[in-house]
Amino acid sequence: MHVAGLDELWVYLSGNPLLSLLVTLLAFALAARINKWLGGTPLLHTVTLSIALIITFLLVSGIDYGTYFEGAQFIHFLLGPATVALAIPLYDHRERVRQLLWPLLVACLAGITTAVASTLGLALLLGAEHETVMSLAPRSVTSPIAMGIAEQIGGIPSLAAGLVLITGSIGCALGPIIFRLLGVRDPVVQGFTMGLAAHGFGTAHSFAKLGAMAGAFSGLAMGLTGLITAFILPLIITLFGL
Amino acid sequence: MPLILGMSMLLACQFLGELLARGLSLPIPGPVIGMVILLVGLMIRGKVPSSLRIAGEGLLRYLTLLFVPAGVGLMVHGRLIADDWIPIVATLVLSTALTLAVTAWVMTRLASRATGKDASREGGQ
Repeated sequence: MHVAGLDELWVYLSGNPLLSLLVTLLAFALAARINKWLGGTPLLHTVTLSIALIITFLLVSGIDYGTYFEGAQFIHFLLGPATVALAIPLYDHRERVRQLLWPLLVACLAGITTAVASTLGLALLLGAEHETVMSLAPRSVTSPIAMGIAEQIGGIPSLAAGLVLITGSIGCALGPIIFRLLGVRDPVVQGFTMGLAAHGFGTAHSFAKLGAMAGAFSGLAMGLTGLITAFILPLIITLFGL
Repeated sequence: MPLILGMSMLLACQFLGELLARGLSLPIPGPVIGMVILLVGLMIRGKVPSSLRIAGEGLLRYLTLLFVPAGVGLMVHGRLIADDWIPIVATLVLSTALTLAVTAWVMTRLASRATGKDASREGGQ
């Protein structure tokens, strides 16, 4: 019988999708446990924490992102059908959506204008590079749309996707604090705001912490924000000659 | 079996969405169009098939997990972000806070007016 050496086994395992999948699930479970242990604090969100855990693991073990993603793509792939599934809670709460249609649209436009104007203004004021500014501009939009927009206006698509993810975790951390400061208790308003400012992260957060109704409005906000920003951001950039 | 049927419906909608997005070269991702297609389908049908509900709600319950693989991709941009980190972090934190506050404020004002109006209308009937 031939007994394989540990290094031989490691070479096999580190290139196998099985390891990335297992690590992703275990890191998530551990992060959820830590978050619960810390009293569910939004400052160390389960997603942020699991991302940090996995990055640490990959850096320590010397596995590159491409290899990791070969396994993790099976989880990533489910984002597509999950996005489609957002139609179910939206359908369940269609009466409330119909009732709030105008407030939703106006709040969406106000939110997008604030997001884009404050992002461009602050980034230019603080002296960020042109490419960085253009990658920051679509930051509150769900990553597939943001990447398309960034490419169109002269940013770096993959950097834009990264900034979108950081925005998502910042939104999840700040959201509950801001709602408390403003005295906002309505789950519909909270969900919609989270979806607008923190896209899919905000939507996932709303489903997990605020319930299906908030999740539905969050998904709606995420979709609307993506669609509207894709059309108006390139116009704003041309208009201001950036 | 219901899980398979439900999952097929979700994937079929995504498939149609991707076809439309590519075919008409729309700037919108396929799954978002798929969501609209499913919503229209549900409106026409008038109810959510139980198989679709099982598959869909199962996925949505673990939505946070699904973002993790893409998020780990941040490690690739470590250097780019490190070069410009002060403007990036300051912009992201301040602008996200502002966006959250403005949206929540506008929506609260408008929503209370909209539901208040409806309540008074119902009261008048």
